[in-house]
Amino acid sequence: MADTLATAGHAGSGHGPADKSKRDFLVMLPLAGAVVGAGAIAWPLIDSMNPSSDVLALASTEVDLTPISEGSGITVMWRGKPIFVRYRTAKEIKEAEDVKLSELIEPQADSARVKPGHAQWIVLIGICTHLGCIPLGNKPTDPRGEWGGWFCPCHGSQYDTSGRVRHGPAPLNLYLPPYAFLNDKRIKIG
Amino acid sequence: MAAGLFKSEVKNPVLRWVDTRLPLITMMQKEYGSFPTPRNFNYFWNFGALATVTLMIMIMTGVFLAMNYTPNANMAFSSVQHIMRDVNYGWLIRYVHMNGASMFFIVVYIHIFRGLYYGSYKFPRELLWMLGVVILLLMMATAFMGYVLPWGQMSFWGATVITNLFSAIPVVGQSIVQWLWGGFSVGNPTLNRFFSLHYLLPFLIVGVVFLHVVALHITGSNNPLGIDVKGPQDTLPFHPYYTVKDSVGLCVFLLIWAAFVFFMPNLLGDTINSIPANPLQTPADVVPEWYFLPFYAILRSVPNKVLGVALMFASIGVLFVLPWLDTSPVRSCRFRPIYRILVPLLVVDLFALGYVGAHHPQGFVVLLGRVATAWYFLHFLVFTPLVGWFETPLPLPESIAKPIVRKPHSGGGPIPGGAVAKPMENA
Repeated sequence: MADTLATAGHAGSGHGPADKSKRDFLVMLPLAGAVVGAGAIAWPLIDSMNPSSDVLALASTEVDLTPISEGSGITVMWRGKPIFVRYRTAKEIKEAEDVKLSELIEPQADSARVKPGHAQWIVLIGICTHLGCIPLGNKPTDPRGEWGGWFCPCHGSQYDTSGRVRHGPAPLNLYLPPYAFLNDKRIKIG
Repeated sequence: MAAGLFKSEVKNPVLRWVDTRLPLITMMQKEYGSFPTPRNFNYFWNFGALATVTLMIMIMTGVFLAMNYTPNANMAFSSVQHIMRDVNYGWLIRYVHMNGASMFFIVVYIHIFRGLYYGSYKFPRELLWMLGVVILLLMMATAFMGYVLPWGQMSFWGATVITNLFSAIPVVGQSIVQWLWGGFSVGNPTLNRFFSLHYLLPFLIVGVVFLHVVALHITGSNNPLGIDVKGPQDTLPFHPYYTVKDSVGLCVFLLIWAAFVFFMPNLLGDTINSIPANPLQTPADVVPEWYFLPFYAILRSVPNKVLGVALMFASIGVLFVLPWLDTSPVRSCRFRPIYRILVPLLVVDLFALGYVGAHHPQGFVVLLGRVATAWYFLHFLVFTPLVGWFETPLPLPESIAKPIVRKPHSGGGPIPGGAVAKPMENA
């Protein structure tokens, strides 16, 4: 092999600059190939850390609403997270609808946070938008804060009956999971 | 130059700042850039680099497999199925790792054959060779424990048979086996510790490989002529000459590996391992992976438990003392008319042992196994010392740069000590 290279170098030396660009090309081509190859090897390894098929297959949960009594809520699990499903009283709905948007930290109408015709049901991802604790307030006996919604025991954030943040440090309203009513007494989350 | 700083020749100021304090760049340049390497390597000298790359790929894929594997007797088998079916590219990572074990042994066996044929184990590379044998032993332990992890039938019964080897030790054998198992049979504690050790040992291999390479860079590489480097005219800088040559071999090797992974991923495996481990039923054939077959054959060829186990371990142990068993001062088999036949015969013998290991020990297979086992030990313990003693080597070339054979002087005969440097050539 050494001989071949030596000969090539010798023969090429007569061609001047053309030889240099040819040599650069010969160096860059395998280098580019190696970079593409390294990427092709790296991607399957990286992607293997993404959610696997069985995790994705658990991406939807159905909830029967019949056992939930008016004024209280339940917590169900969806994608490893707590989901609050709460049956709001007429008073709570009215409070949520009547609040002025200008008073809110993250202004959003209650109608935008419930499904049309199902204003008594509020479905929220039960994770405080501050640092990820689970707020209290599903049971009527829980501390619900000044606005009657949820109260986070970790750092004192308070949410109203629409899950909107009314008192910091949380910066945002409780997130809404994607869900749909299968019928009046059954929802599918995810 | 401030006291305590390394005298770096790196020009880039940032790199120079680092290099004067931690001369990694200088070291890499010295050991892998300008490192003087014999100019006459053939492709057998690719296999050290191939083994290193294989080790790195095995560790990488292994780390990602461990992220999804569960070392619990009730869940291990299904967690492997989970990797194969649910984890993104899990099938690819597992097949690369699984076939990688076979590729690793193919590469290392060829690497060892290279050492045997070209006498790389001889002075001054004895310790380099012995470190290599240590790596082989660590690899075998790692491969064995890795094979147990999927917790299939062959995993379970392989683990049972191999751990029971230690019961052959007189008096304390049974206690040692229970200690290995962490119980009264192969079970969950065994699986847990095998997983732990299977993760640990590859990093020990990396450490010994490092020592192996350090030792190599002290003595320098052997070469197909087996004669010493006598000066700069005999060598080439490692880069670009051998980085390129290793890259060519690496491409071919990775293609072969990929062919196994994508077109015949289970060819080298055993279908029985697709059945979950059952401690109440031994499979009809308990056969190790192909790379252990010759040693398994040696074990079975002796109708005595203690002796069989002892011979199996001795078959590796004999490699440790090979540098002192070989009495010939000539390294390369190119110049050893008799030994150059014996080394390939040893390969044939190992294939015969592999055949024996894969078949039921009945009739002809038993006979073949005994003859082949005897030949293996005769080769190392009798032929190797004897042949070196009476064999007349061919005349050695003067140097690597001048591979023209000098005619023997009258009365002088071939000079095995031709390895003595000729000062005039050091121009």
